[in-house]
Amino acid sequence: MSASALETREGVEVRLEGLHREFSGVRALDGLDLTLRPGELVALLGPSGCGKTTALRLVAGLDDPDSGRVVVGDRDVTHVPANRRDMGMVFQAYSLFPHLTAQQNVEFGLKLRRVDRSKRAGRARQMLELVGLASQADRFASQLSGGQQQRVALARALAIQPAVLLLDEPLSALDAKVRAQLRDEIRRVQLEVGTTTLFVTHDQEEALSISDRVGVMNQGRLEQLAPPEELYTAPSTAFVAAFVGLMNRIPCRVEAGRASVLGATVRVTDRSVTSGEGIAMVRPEQLVVEASDAGSAEVLQVSFLGSVTHVRVRTADGHELLSQANGAEAARLTVHTPVRVRLVADQLLVSSD
Amino acid sequence: MTLPRQRRARRQRAFRIVTFVVLGAFFLIPLVSMVDFSTRGTAGSGRTGEAWGALLHDPELTAAIITSLELAALTVIGMVLLLVPTMVWVRLRVQWAARMVEFLCLLPLTIPALVIVVGIAPVYAWVTYFLGGSALTLTFAYVVLVLPYAFRSLDAGLSAIDLTTLSEAARSLGAGWFTVIARVVVPNIVSALLSAAFISVALVLGEFTFASLLHYDNLQVVIAFFGKSNAKVSVSASLAALIFGFVLLLLLSLLGRGRKGRRTTAIEPLAVTTPAGKEVKG
Repeated sequence: MSASALETREGVEVRLEGLHREFSGVRALDGLDLTLRPGELVALLGPSGCGKTTALRLVAGLDDPDSGRVVVGDRDVTHVPANRRDMGMVFQAYSLFPHLTAQQNVEFGLKLRRVDRSKRAGRARQMLELVGLASQADRFASQLSGGQQQRVALARALAIQPAVLLLDEPLSALDAKVRAQLRDEIRRVQLEVGTTTLFVTHDQEEALSISDRVGVMNQGRLEQLAPPEELYTAPSTAFVAAFVGLMNRIPCRVEAGRASVLGATVRVTDRSVTSGEGIAMVRPEQLVVEASDAGSAEVLQVSFLGSVTHVRVRTADGHELLSQANGAEAARLTVHTPVRVRLVADQLLVSSD
Repeated sequence: MTLPRQRRARRQRAFRIVTFVVLGAFFLIPLVSMVDFSTRGTAGSGRTGEAWGALLHDPELTAAIITSLELAALTVIGMVLLLVPTMVWVRLRVQWAARMVEFLCLLPLTIPALVIVVGIAPVYAWVTYFLGGSALTLTFAYVVLVLPYAFRSLDAGLSAIDLTTLSEAARSLGAGWFTVIARVVVPNIVSALLSAAFISVALVLGEFTFASLLHYDNLQVVIAFFGKSNAKVSVSASLAALIFGFVLLLLLSLLGRGRKGRRTTAIEPLAVTTPAGKEVKG
């Protein structure tokens, strides 16, 4: 399969500036600023109704902002209609044209661009190869599985060598196994073509696993935009902390930049409460649980999850905490075992609410 | 256990056969009688194709047939040009108007043709003034007349596809609205379009009231006229119109089947369930 080298196009920068959008009184976007670096894959993550899909539709031109700008490269496309924006899009719902074969679907955008027949067919074939479906080129959508349809949709979106690739929850309609597979596939293809990509999803695993940076959205605003590791280890707001991964909320006191949590004293992060009462955000893996007759906490529940085990404990002052233990340690824990809970962390986010 | 079931199956079969024979006779006997009557020789003896030959040779009748066929074609074109973009637009952009458009489209069904024609006559004075007195101006009235049937059929067709996603996908690939409709929507509602077109053709070929009261000579008006002077020609023309309708229906269902082999989402032609038959009267 040594087709001619894949023609790709340099990734461009995409800027969303102060986007506002209201739907009959409900603020879907409340001043969204977001810059995608050339060739970067940014995921927008958030609960339903947070405005992430609205943001994507504004970039695609399928909806118009009340105010704000969308800039692609150095071109302001805010008022450019969708069909002249030069964006490839993959939708949540299956969107292949039912009357065309996979090959014809991929050729559709090229046909509109008046690419001549042989070049068109060659490029479509190349895109189908890229997504591993060259052998299914003559099939209609109804003869393809959901995952295959989304692959063809991806090939179709990329065939036109778009300035930006927009992915609107492309995996939500698929079952778990296909989802994980296609997720990695999307990342591989994206890296190969180098197109700047905006990926909207409500699934944090999806967002964290394939993105260069993840933006967490809440109520029409961007809460935090950071690489996946940073988002997880150093959430900047309580919302991000609670939304991404599992989080214990432990009341504590902060004095002079240090918080007293579970008997330990830990530095607080920059955006934390500086003094007084607060709530410390502690990941389950930052809590070590050890069986100990002298321990003041008690095991409530042990859930085996394969690679790790979650242990739910109740402390002496009545708080329930979720901790994580490895196999060997977890084997010694049963319900009602007295345990000691130790905090293992360099610094913590302590929020006011 | 098996015995009663077998007996029931047998009884059901008998019921089906009886129903088929009785209804078949009900529909066929008039048609056969029409054939018989229209080919009967003078003085009740022998067979003659004179009345059928008149369909091709009688200038008045052939003119009327051509007029009606032209009207049918123009009505289909007008209906498609009016309804498809409107319905697509309503579904995509102005959903709040959906009920209203549906109501408007179904309205001609609830008002008797006679009433419409009385209301429309003054308007037609202007149509005649601007476009001349050709019978083809009836197209406008006929487009209104076929709206309810065509609407129902197209509505079902559009409901069967994910119009929003398909049009957004096409637009993101660079398609303008015309391209979206012509190259994405229309190819995916072909069955619905065909059945809408067929209903329209059947309706137009059977239409009498409008043409007669607005003083235009279409097929049915001429058939009625012949009914008074030459009953045989009148009957042969009626039968020919009916057969033309049957052939269209047959073609339609064949087309529908051909498409289904290709993809599973094909829509059943709706024509079988329309009341078009009652319009195609002799």
